[in-house]
Amino acid sequence: MNGWNAIGAEFRKVFTTRMWWLLAIILFAYVGVTAGGLGAFLGWATANPEAAAEASGGPGGGAVVPPGTELAPLIYSFASSIGYVFPVLLGALAVTSEYRHKTLTPTFLAAPHRQVVLWSKFATQIVIGAGLGVVAFAASVGAGAAALAGFGLDTGLDSSDTWALIGRGVLALALWGGIGVGLGVLVVNQVAAIVIVIVFAQFIEPILRIVASLSEVTAAIGKFLPGAASDALVGASFYTMATPGGTAQSLEWWQGGLVLLGIAVVATVIGGATTWRRDVT
Amino acid sequence: MADGIPIEITGLTKRFGAVTAVEDLGFTVQPGKVTGFLGPNGAGKTTTLRVLLGLERPDAGTATFGGTPYAALPRPLETVGASLDASFHPGRSARNHLLVYATAAGIDRSRVPAVLAQVGIAEYADRRVGGYSLGMRQRLALAYTLLGDPGVFVLDEPINGLDPEGIKWIRGFLQALAREGRTVLVSSHLLSEVQQSVDDVVIISKGRLVKRGTLASLELDAAPRTIVDSPDRAALVAALDAAGLEYTEGRGGLIVAEPDPARVGHAAFVGGVELSALHRLKSGLEESFLSLVGGGDES
Repeated sequence: MNGWNAIGAEFRKVFTTRMWWLLAIILFAYVGVTAGGLGAFLGWATANPEAAAEASGGPGGGAVVPPGTELAPLIYSFASSIGYVFPVLLGALAVTSEYRHKTLTPTFLAAPHRQVVLWSKFATQIVIGAGLGVVAFAASVGAGAAALAGFGLDTGLDSSDTWALIGRGVLALALWGGIGVGLGVLVVNQVAAIVIVIVFAQFIEPILRIVASLSEVTAAIGKFLPGAASDALVGASFYTMATPGGTAQSLEWWQGGLVLLGIAVVATVIGGATTWRRDVT
Repeated sequence: MADGIPIEITGLTKRFGAVTAVEDLGFTVQPGKVTGFLGPNGAGKTTTLRVLLGLERPDAGTATFGGTPYAALPRPLETVGASLDASFHPGRSARNHLLVYATAAGIDRSRVPAVLAQVGIAEYADRRVGGYSLGMRQRLALAYTLLGDPGVFVLDEPINGLDPEGIKWIRGFLQALAREGRTVLVSSHLLSEVQQSVDDVVIISKGRLVKRGTLASLELDAAPRTIVDSPDRAALVAALDAAGLEYTEGRGGLIVAEPDPARVGHAAFVGGVELSALHRLKSGLEESFLSLVGGGDES
């Protein structure tokens, strides 16, 4: 047995069931609708600032979109700021479905070196996470650029900064795939893993980030939250608009990437030294 | 084909918390024969096999293939073919299931259609396993064991869930593997299920070895007995007591510890008792098995 065989087997496991393309389709639709819809709304608000301010707060209401905001990176980054859940789910399922369907027995019989199997899953889900990243940015850039262009605004597609952002976004989703494997091997139970992903992504982290932005001290900690680190890596996020006036801090992009990689590696190492070594009954 | 290698289990002990599942178990399984690994449910058969296959860690002792633990085998699927619980991802087809593990073990993918045909499920190969019957799953589990054309087979309850045709097929299949010089270890909780296909038996009960030897030696252990009954049970009991014969109450009459029905008949004649049944008890093998594992009272 060698590592390449193990990685090949893990890819085959993913692509011989339906979950990967179901998640890819939902991801594409979710990101596309969100980026297209908000792109259209924010594009309209930018093109008609007075009407938008009146609609949102009456006379004296603040501008919906602060003047000078670059909409393109904001809208394109929906691919990572809301799409990151998908590689996490697929990565977690790669581990938990082995427990759920009791397929660890044939897996470990074919490849008794358990750590090789686990890190093959890790490597595989990094690559698949990058693939989901390409899908997500295709949706956000496709729908978002169409909406912006509809209001005669700059799509940023001729700027290398935009493409660098997309590249960092794809890297972010790749790392989220690795975090999914780490989460899966720590939790093992499939239902629990799915609930944790959804509750953490939709409730706990957003609340923590807003709360953390209320003071300097908490903000210094809050920037290490995985979602915040991911946004730092990508370089733009809806959250930077959602917490106006707060003291939200952000890491450098490469620091954000290292935080994500660190979470993924540490979770996988801990899971690999505990649950993954247990008796398979 | 890889050579048959003996399975060697020595001093094996496995505990789950306060429960000792297997205690100081030792036996050897030789190539060229089908060995039945027998015991009632909960006797520790599956635990023993899981330790042997490196899926569980023993608390003491060793379980090896010719001295090499499973995890240290250089090419495990090409040395040992094992099936434990026939469990699969329900959304994956049989063909893809086998392709996944052929890839993992570095086995040529041409083996996949070959083993699907060998177990007779080639025509269902591209259906999702979720729709398979238990018998088809058992056959797919066997196909997995055949992937690497190994010299050793370790099969946990492979007959469970098969229809009569499938049972007939697997008996011939196991015998053919053994005739080719391979080591074949088959577990079952029913002796009657495997007695037509095994040469040797290893019997465990409550985690301990109670018997090992040839199937024929098990037959010798079963002392033949006589069943006798009368419309007047009380008179029969008196007659047997008078003749000094030992007996127990059974469903079909009194089971007498006497191999010769003629002597029981004589005792009844002497007592002047009318008989409604008098014959030799034939199911000695199963009786012997049940008395060994202490489950005789349940039937």
